[in-house]
Amino acid sequence: MLTIHCPNCGVTAEETEFHAHGEAHLKRFGPGSSEDDFESYLFMRKNPKGVHFERWHHRYGCGKWFHVARCTMTLEVFGSYTGQTSVPPQQIIDTIQDRRPDWVPAQDQA
Amino acid sequence: MSDPVTALKGAKGTAGFATVTEIGPVGMITLRGDFANKAVVKAAVAASGMTFPEQRRCATQGDQGMAWMSPDEVLIMCPYAEVHDRLENLQTALAKHHALAVNVSDARAVFRVRSPKVREVVAKLAPVDMDEAAFTIGMFRRTRFAQVPAAFWMPEADVIQVVCFRSVAQYMFDILNNAAKTGSEVGHF
Ligand SMILES: [Zn+2]
Repeated sequence: MLTIHCPNCGVTAEETEFHAHGEAHLKRFGPGSSEDDFESYLFMRKNPKGVHFERWHHRYGCGKWFHVARCTMTLEVFGSYTGQTSVPPQQIIDTIQDRRPDWVPAQDQA
Repeated sequence: MSDPVTALKGAKGTAGFATVTEIGPVGMITLRGDFANKAVVKAAVAASGMTFPEQRRCATQGDQGMAWMSPDEVLIMCPYAEVHDRLENLQTALAKHHALAVNVSDARAVFRVRSPKVREVVAKLAPVDMDEAAFTIGMFRRTRFAQVPAAFWMPEADVIQVVCFRSVAQYMFDILNNAAKTGSEVGHF
């Protein structure tokens, strides 16, 4: 059972008040893109053991979307942040690196 | 004109440690808009007769009230007979602004649960911290009760008022009564 915080309405509740909607920060490939890009946009998802970023929906609450950073192995939740961003904010990255010193953000990977 | 009929015709459950009563019909208007726009807030205040609610709070006075539903939504409550006039005034005031106001009175059911142990009834059904220090009078919470969406607040220390969709009124009545079954008191609060 995860305890999730919604940054839109400020409620903190257990996960059944919310719904997870899969991997966050996907780059959309639409009409005109290559078949490989389109396929991976539609179907290919990360399945990490460890740090993961997800889209969440406050389904039974305010009805708004946001992002959650959490660990798929320990179920530790690092934090929630706005849905209006394509990369995790620095504060979330700092929290994760504090807890997982070896972890490197995807945008910094070679 | 036809008479309004509530979903359960005012059903009342008195067998348990809490009294569960379907009340209403209650006049309800959903207003969505940008509350950074002063004109939208002003229209909401005029239509509800209440001050604009802070985040996750609800202000009620007699038959009328206004509840914070989300960053861009409030629920205006009023006597059922006044809902058409209030909505018309609201829509007139909002004519030049990007906002949406709809009469949802007949889409909803409203219940009143009364008991000195009313916090237990909620705690059994919703993922909400019902500790006296955590959930106080004046707060308003959208959540789920068992398997259905609902919103509730505490108008008084031993009363909760629950709003849900009309289509699940019987389910809500049943789970509230079940959670209040005599002998099922947990005694946590
Ligand atoms: Zn929320």
